[in-house]
Amino acid sequence: MAEVILSDVAKSFGSNVALNGVTLTIPDGSFVVLLGPTGAGKTTTLRLVSGLETADRGRIQIGGRDVANLTPAQRDVAMVFQQYSLYPHLTVRQNLEFPLKSPILRTPRAEIDRKVGEVAEILQISHKLDNKSTALSGGEMQRVSIGRALVRNPSVYLMDEPLSSLDAKLRSDLRIELKSIQANFGATLLYVTHDQIEAMTMATHVGVLDKGRLVQFGSPREIYENPVSVYAASRLGQPRINFLPADLFGAAPAGATHIGLRPEHIVQGEGQDSFVQRVEHLGDQTRLHLSFRDHDLITVTEAHTTLKGGDIVKIRPEKPYFFDATGARVT
Amino acid sequence: MSFSVTEPSQRTKWFAGILVIGYAIITLVPLLWIIATGFKSPTDSIAYPPVVVFEPTLEGYVNLFTDRTRATEQMLEEAGPPTTWYEEIARERGTVITGQSRFGQRFMNSVIIGFGSTALCMILGTAAAYAFSRFRVPLKDDLLFFILSTRMMPPIAVAIPIFLMFRNLGLNDTHLGMILLYTAVNLSLSVWLLKGFIDEIPVEYEEAALIDGYTRFQAFYKVVLPQAATGIASTAIFCLIFAWNEYAFAVLLTSGTAQTAPPFIPTIIGTSGKDWPAVAAGATIFLVPVMVFTILLRKHLLRGITFGAVRK
Repeated sequence: MAEVILSDVAKSFGSNVALNGVTLTIPDGSFVVLLGPTGAGKTTTLRLVSGLETADRGRIQIGGRDVANLTPAQRDVAMVFQQYSLYPHLTVRQNLEFPLKSPILRTPRAEIDRKVGEVAEILQISHKLDNKSTALSGGEMQRVSIGRALVRNPSVYLMDEPLSSLDAKLRSDLRIELKSIQANFGATLLYVTHDQIEAMTMATHVGVLDKGRLVQFGSPREIYENPVSVYAASRLGQPRINFLPADLFGAAPAGATHIGLRPEHIVQGEGQDSFVQRVEHLGDQTRLHLSFRDHDLITVTEAHTTLKGGDIVKIRPEKPYFFDATGARVT
Repeated sequence: MSFSVTEPSQRTKWFAGILVIGYAIITLVPLLWIIATGFKSPTDSIAYPPVVVFEPTLEGYVNLFTDRTRATEQMLEEAGPPTTWYEEIARERGTVITGQSRFGQRFMNSVIIGFGSTALCMILGTAAAYAFSRFRVPLKDDLLFFILSTRMMPPIAVAIPIFLMFRNLGLNDTHLGMILLYTAVNLSLSVWLLKGFIDEIPVEYEEAALIDGYTRFQAFYKVVLPQAATGIASTAIFCLIFAWNEYAFAVLLTSGTAQTAPPFIPTIIGTSGKDWPAVAAGATIFLVPVMVFTILLRKHLLRGITFGAVRK
């Protein structure tokens, strides 16, 4: 396992700037999740670290070694792709053996068998080892492709939305599995996802990317509780954070144009009147869609609330974030 | 009543079956006729009305593979009684076998040139198609169009320049010359076909192999090639059929050492009267390699021809 350092890394595809001066340190043994919408540069970052693309500018180090002139094979990384990752002409077992048999590793037979068996056990695919890889369900395929990364012991694991094609149950099982692999073996992971739960539950660090720039890097709680901008604040939180004019609830700090309120940061029962538009019972919690001085906002309340559409409820902001006109945090 | 969009009705199935069988009969009859003629006696082969039921003989095959001469009393005496079944057949016609005909050698020429050019075409074609499919090649579209443009006129249109080139380079009537020629003619088709097949293989597989510790060439060899096998097989069949059946260049550029079977078979007619059974026997044997090759690869061929027709 190793530390990965990106210094001022940039990459363009034609006129399209994918990464624009990203500096990022992935500590040894950490689980770093990159967040951002499509086109933010998440996958490009993975591909640059893996060596599938070369950076236009900047430096990438894996375990203290500058990898600029190394091929993907020499970089000692393992990668799980979002799709198309199993070799269709091989069986499941051959797929899992493939990286171990590479000219770089040349693993002895007994060692291959032991590792493949071990990983198949973890991923619950032992009974499918001799199936053709194309005869698997989508979830099984993705587990095998995660397995193909796990049989190795690389400097860093790179994962590009590996769980996005799986059903909810498998996703939550594999989340726990991946987290425990990282925790138990001290593996370093760089992980791309859209999924907030994946980011919050697995990450030791979250990097927020916006149009090729790293706008915030910190622990998941730090990103959630102390976002640097409107953009970073909207990456995490379900339901999403409410953005309202800064002076809606009274005096605002100088320069602030917007107030950001997480749904749970709206205290009910005191403050000013708002109008309940809709009530969504989700079982473990209930969401209230409120209308406050012609602005819509969402908050959460206790699961067994008796509130219903048309009721009036008093609200007061608590721990609000203030942002200026450019979207940057003021306080 | 049950109704299905994808499952044809019983009546449609019958209709389709009859259509297919009818078509098979129409296309197979000439083939069967050639094969049957090979086993007829010369008299039966030119009988009118044509005979369908006949006494089979191997005379055509004996005549195909041997040179014979009309036997004189003295020759028969010297040779003694026939010792083999084929000598016996020759004696019945009042001839003695003087040696092997050139058919075997011409047939081997066809095998060497046909399979040799197909193999060369596949190696060059796959490499070129892979490069066009995966790498940033300057002027890629123009180059591809240029390659295709070599197919825009019949190859025989450039017969005279090729003849002159071959003469100056000493390639006339050589195996190498014919292999190079057929490879050159087939290469454009194979580059285009193979590029289509390789385009269909997602590049992610190779990227995965690169990360799994393999070099670019190993990734090509271990990941791309097995998946392109279908395309390579069907392209190889097209190339082999062209090289195997080609007649015009073979007549023009070969006469002895490197002569292939197509220009040789018609010459059998002249050697000792109109020997149709021998010609038919030659044609039958000539059909076998392509048939075997196609049957061996038919699983790939079926998939190959329809491959790429449906966008996933």
